[in-house]
Amino acid sequence: MSNDQVVVHVEDLHKYFGDLEVVRGVNIEVHLGEVVVMFGRSGAGKSTVLRCINFLEDPTSGVIEVDGIRLEGGGHRTRAKREQIRQLRIRTGMVFQQFNLFPQLTTLENVMEGPITVKHMPEEQARGLALTFLDRVGLAEKANQYPIRLSGGQQQRVAIARALAMEPKVMLFDEPTSALDPELIGEVLGAMKTLATEMHMTMIVVTHEMGFAREVADRMVFFHEGVILEEGPPEHMFQHTRFPETRKFLDAVL
Amino acid sequence: MASEQTGVGTVRPPAAPGRPPTARQRVESLVLSIPYRVKLVVVWIAIFVILAIGFAAVGFDTDWMLEHLWFIVKGAWVVLFVALISIVAATVLALLGALGRLSKNPVAYGVSGFYTSFFRGTPLIVQLFLIYLGLPQIGIALREPYRSWFVLSAITAGMVGLSLNYGAYMTEIFRAGIQSVSHGQYEAADALGMTYKQKMQRVVLPQALRVVIPPVGNEFIAMMKDVALIAILGQDVFWSDPFRRANIVGTQDFRNLEAYVMAAGVFWILTAIFTFFQRRLETKVGKGYVRGVDARTRWFGGGGGDRGVGRPTAGIAVHDPSSAIEQVKQTQDHE
Repeated sequence: MSNDQVVVHVEDLHKYFGDLEVVRGVNIEVHLGEVVVMFGRSGAGKSTVLRCINFLEDPTSGVIEVDGIRLEGGGHRTRAKREQIRQLRIRTGMVFQQFNLFPQLTTLENVMEGPITVKHMPEEQARGLALTFLDRVGLAEKANQYPIRLSGGQQQRVAIARALAMEPKVMLFDEPTSALDPELIGEVLGAMKTLATEMHMTMIVVTHEMGFAREVADRMVFFHEGVILEEGPPEHMFQHTRFPETRKFLDAVL
Repeated sequence: MASEQTGVGTVRPPAAPGRPPTARQRVESLVLSIPYRVKLVVVWIAIFVILAIGFAAVGFDTDWMLEHLWFIVKGAWVVLFVALISIVAATVLALLGALGRLSKNPVAYGVSGFYTSFFRGTPLIVQLFLIYLGLPQIGIALREPYRSWFVLSAITAGMVGLSLNYGAYMTEIFRAGIQSVSHGQYEAADALGMTYKQKMQRVVLPQALRVVIPPVGNEFIAMMKDVALIAILGQDVFWSDPFRRANIVGTQDFRNLEAYVMAAGVFWILTAIFTFFQRRLETKVGKGYVRGVDARTRWFGGGGGDRGVGRPTAGIAVHDPSSAIEQVKQTQDHE
């Protein structure tokens, strides 16, 4: 489900935490409608790369481009750069491991918040939009409840709806099922699959769910010690991987 | 059975089998059967009765008290007026102070540091005198209209002093409240593309406010009592608080005990009322944090539902037991 239009472009990305170089020169291109799964051992730099894409982490150096908004890592966050980062983030949806719903707002208000506050959308229009996306993740009937009353799986689906309501060009998922009880993982992966197959959303997913990757991903990217060791379609990864590190990791998680 | 003859509730003292309970045992079981709250009320009443007897014994002049009661009680409006205006101003100062303390901007950080350090590090009474008697001296060096800006009436100086002083203390409260909002909330707001201002207004401060309201309520209650300090600056009678009013009439008629008992009573009743309201407010802003309450039932003040279903979820919000308890109480009140 990919064509030639590049939505996310990452070029020679480096990230240091103090003296530790966590990301050591990463290049990725993600095309419109493509689903990319990033996997690898913890500490391999996959989450950091994902968080650098929307500047939740400041890249030490390198270039990030999302939907034509091009930013270089490093340097000070000037007013102009902050505004550019904001424009980039508006075009990028993010789903966190810990959901991070706003606890003082109802489910519906959580989803309406972005369109109203950031895009200055009229309230009625935002409400309609929010209900549409809540319905998409199967939670329209929970619209008036506060997040604390929802299960982890439901909260994460609301978080997906909240990100979708900004109508982003790409959705970033940072280990979206890692904080969930095993029986709740399926509903979240199901919602993500719907996103990929029915809405043809461009997605970058950091996950250990190899079943999901096999079924939904167009491309899998294996991270090892801060670099991309290997990438390719799922069939390739699961059957003909070239590197013993990849093999070893897949054997461990499958 | 002997124990049944006592005819009291569930708690029974051990009695020897087959023997009627002694008088002592009867009294004991009667005492145990009285609810705790009732006992507490009895204790309070006893304290007041003892105090009343004591006052009567020293020749308390109740006629004089009735005569001057209204004059002293009227001072309550001054307390409320001054404390309300000052707490609003102090809240604004505290919010700015806290944002300054959390800012990376050296000017904001430095100014707020100086502000909190000075106003927390010096006595309130000294600050009041500095503002009331010290500032005019600066004013003298200036031309009109600036000159008159530095000459404040006692009540205005009092409000300025209270605002600055309490604002400095409340800065720490606001800072802690803002810092209690988890990092994930900031990231979620950032990821949506919010500006700093939007993030603060829509995400961080509403959550911080909930944490901050109980201590701010306490500050307000404490501030009402500190309004009495303004009396020392000597404002006119109209703007006098119960303490100064008591001072005026008590000294003049040598009825100091009666006068100050009434002044204390006015302050005490005020703080009691606001302690009650503070608790209610605390419950109200707790919405969204209590399981078993959704938006609609909450709106009608009810609770119930499937309380406690599921496990608390990491990273979203803390389950606040005190709010939950309040919620249970409210639900019961409505039934």
